[in-house]
Amino acid sequence: MNVEPIPAPESIDLIALAPVIVLSFFAMMVLVVDLFGGRNKTLLVFISLVGLLMTAISAFAKNPIPAYSFNDSYIVDHLSLFFICIFTISSALAILLSVEYNEREGIRAGEYYALILFCTIGMILLASSTDMIMIFLGIEIVSISLYVLTGIRRDNHRSNEAALKYFLLGAFATGFLLYGMTLVYGSTGHTNLFKIAEFVQNPEAQSNPLLLMGLVLLIIGFGFKVASVPFHMWAPDVYQGAPTPITAFMAVGPKAAAFAAFFRVFAETFPEMAPSWEILLSTIAVLSMFFGNLGAIMQTNIKRMLAFSSISHAGYILIAVIAKNSLGGSSLLFYMLAYAFTIFGLFGIIIILGRKGEENLEIENYSGLAYRHPILALSMTVFLLSLGGLPPFAGFIAKFYIFSAAIQQGLITLVIFAVLNSVISFYYYLKVVVFMYMKEPEAEFQISLTPLTLFVVFIGVFVTINMGIFPGSIIALASH
Amino acid sequence: MFLTLITFLPLIGALFLVFMPKESVAAIKQTALAVAVADFLLSIFLWTNFDNTSHKMQFELNVPWIEAWGINFHVGLDGISLLLYVMTTFLTMICVIASWDVKIHVREYMIAMLTLSTGMLGVFIALDLFMFYVFWEFQLIPMYIIIGVWGGPRRVYASIKFFLFTAVGSLLMLVAILWIYFHIQETTGVATADILYITEHLSAPLGTQKWLWMAFFLAFAIKVPMFPFHTWLPDAHVEAPTAGSVILAGVLLKMGTYGFLRFNLPFFPQASYEFVPMIAWLSIIGIIYGALVSMVQVDLKKLVAYSSVSHLGFVMLGIFALNPYGIQGALIQNINHGISTGALFLLVGIIYDRRHTRLISEFGGLAKIMPKYAICFMIVALSSIGLPGMNGFVGEFLILLGVFQVNGLWAACATSGVILAACYILWMFQRVMFLEVKNPKNMNLKDMNVREMFTVVPLIILIFWIGLYPKPFMDTFDASVTHLVSKVSPDNFRPKQEHNNDQHGEHARLITPAEMASLNQKLQMPKKFLIKE
Repeated sequence: MNVEPIPAPESIDLIALAPVIVLSFFAMMVLVVDLFGGRNKTLLVFISLVGLLMTAISAFAKNPIPAYSFNDSYIVDHLSLFFICIFTISSALAILLSVEYNEREGIRAGEYYALILFCTIGMILLASSTDMIMIFLGIEIVSISLYVLTGIRRDNHRSNEAALKYFLLGAFATGFLLYGMTLVYGSTGHTNLFKIAEFVQNPEAQSNPLLLMGLVLLIIGFGFKVASVPFHMWAPDVYQGAPTPITAFMAVGPKAAAFAAFFRVFAETFPEMAPSWEILLSTIAVLSMFFGNLGAIMQTNIKRMLAFSSISHAGYILIAVIAKNSLGGSSLLFYMLAYAFTIFGLFGIIIILGRKGEENLEIENYSGLAYRHPILALSMTVFLLSLGGLPPFAGFIAKFYIFSAAIQQGLITLVIFAVLNSVISFYYYLKVVVFMYMKEPEAEFQISLTPLTLFVVFIGVFVTINMGIFPGSIIALASH
Repeated sequence: MFLTLITFLPLIGALFLVFMPKESVAAIKQTALAVAVADFLLSIFLWTNFDNTSHKMQFELNVPWIEAWGINFHVGLDGISLLLYVMTTFLTMICVIASWDVKIHVREYMIAMLTLSTGMLGVFIALDLFMFYVFWEFQLIPMYIIIGVWGGPRRVYASIKFFLFTAVGSLLMLVAILWIYFHIQETTGVATADILYITEHLSAPLGTQKWLWMAFFLAFAIKVPMFPFHTWLPDAHVEAPTAGSVILAGVLLKMGTYGFLRFNLPFFPQASYEFVPMIAWLSIIGIIYGALVSMVQVDLKKLVAYSSVSHLGFVMLGIFALNPYGIQGALIQNINHGISTGALFLLVGIIYDRRHTRLISEFGGLAKIMPKYAICFMIVALSSIGLPGMNGFVGEFLILLGVFQVNGLWAACATSGVILAACYILWMFQRVMFLEVKNPKNMNLKDMNVREMFTVVPLIILIFWIGLYPKPFMDTFDASVTHLVSKVSPDNFRPKQEHNNDQHGEHARLITPAEMASLNQKLQMPKKFLIKE
């Protein structure tokens, strides 16, 4: 009996895969060290940060780009490199925010840091994959890590509720995603995005109802992962229930990764079929902006408000996907980077002002902050205005970038919707400013200015202002 | 470089204040005042070095800012912006003096005031659309804070309303800016947002021009504010602290009219031409409506606020007369309104500080108790009406002259605004200053002190200076206005220009006021003959 030996895959390029390998190594090291390290977690934090730094460096090991690995299912290109930088930065900031927070809240699990690193691996895979199987793999790694991280405060019922909700709805959405991939595979015969893109050049293939159905299901799956309306219902509860550093992390890293995949699948693989998915995505974008902003106006809890605000931001970022030009890609990169620093700085302040057991998170609690802690209040104002998109802060340049991508593509109506939404969003961002500056303090602030969290806040302020006033170098990097 | 330094000097001063201890209130005020005075003196220096004969940008600086997008840090002054620039530094100085009695959060107040000053100055010098937009939005933040923190009882509502109204307009302008940016890139192959370059090269079909014009119009009309976009103004004025009102009336509203002169007219001359009747009627409604509403106000500050709507209607009407008289009148009236209304707000603030009320019915017979105050008030009130010999007359006269050349009916309607102005100002003056001293609380009011005199007297000097000898002011913008008018003249609309393929403006027919007058005479001659026959 002749057994055909299975041919070994020819193009496994381990150097291209270096960031994933390095980070996996460090993540497992965190797990192992945790076994012997006892109650002191400082070493774990240190290992994680070094690991993230090494990951970022190793990402540039592959030269020249673009380079492919695993039979073209993994790519090292400009988009993925930039995203790896965003991911490592956001994970590092999340870890820095976590240290003092975990001490206060009594979260002692060493897996916490390992899970953040594993989640980062998933994000890197997601942003670098050019194969639907790989995308699915990335999404699952990210999601499972996040389910656990959300529920890591075991004794808190909110946290448990959030984790369960996230898990059930997430699993459901994954089903949609997988079903969509199956339909696309069934109608094109490929899972590789390049091959699919080649296949759909053919106009006959484009009108295949199975393929269209697959695209709709993919939109639903991705739409859930980026929390866009009408697949957003999980976001407010999960954002509120998750530990605050994880909320910040969720709003930036995994979301950016999902958008990277979103961009790769829709803007790079199916641009020819744009007429069929453009309207659907535009509707989702407009709905996300409106419902996100209108929902945020009603909120009294700052974490919930930011959850709704992040839904509306998903709407803005979707415009970059819909624009599907090179400006769209680079604006996506810039937006996510600016958003990352702003969000982490903002959540840093929320952590500083919070009390044990996730208390003190109502917007009212910020009354009169400006006259007790002027620097904190000013930083908060900078972050909020940047989120609203007011110059001279990073958020303005980011929005400007996305809008210009859309206008170049002729999507003027969409941009008009977006700017009107910016006005709505000013209302609730300013509401926080009103409490900080225009109300008298209700109670004394009992806060401890913990150094690491403050450090994150100041980095956030510095970058938010710097990227707003001198965005030139970052734009040059993003628009390679 | 010098211009940039003057523009950012207040911001540097504000940064300096951040590091001063909160408790040393006197030192904080003195530092802020020193910065404001230095800035004003330096800007005077700009004026003396300004070349009146040229319509070109002066004191230019052009350095790359965001190279990937072709966006430059391009600043400069021409005749249209020079006086507004100097007035901004001047009013900032006056406002710092007027705010000497601010009780709470003095350091934050001065920081906000100086930051605001840089934001406003930036708007007037920006020669890059992107940069203009950045400054235009940026100055909202300190103004919002000033109204919201140091304002009256309904300050939160007023400040948010102010912010949101302005934001709606300016964000739609952003869409238009982006469209222009890509259009210029497409048609000329140059990626730039440079205002001068766009002025020379933008040529869009009339339909598109109209849409773009509307986007810019909305942003500026809200700021001016034109009827029916004015509703934020009375709220903002009434709630703002005195200095906030002065800046609001003196500078912020002028950004709107400046925007029309800098963008709407030169970018879209043909669309501007088409929209003249609409603007004219809106302005006339604004003039009459503002005056009528002023008349029935019971609150002094609200009265002055609505009178602003009326006065700015004149300015808009002058701009859209699209002839030298009209635009010159509009420019000088811009300055006049800043001076007169600013002074009125200061005076209302003085009485408010003493009595903590602004209701007209609370007062009466003040002339006997506060003679100095009454004299100042009278001069300012008369200048606001436009009495000959004072500044208001020069502006309104020129505007009406310009408008009359276009349409006699509009001029007639607008003139009724002058009459109504006399009604509401004089009636208010009578109720506050004359009659018996009925209210016992008014018996022991102190007259103006030296500091208050320091804020009002410079404005009064300017009132008479512009009223009696406006030449130094008029000269600054003569060349620029002539140039601008040649641009919006139907002879020079863009499609024709492309035929001749010459540098727009340089070779365009320049019409001087004298020529215009003689042309008008010629036009009217045959008519007269016909009537005789």
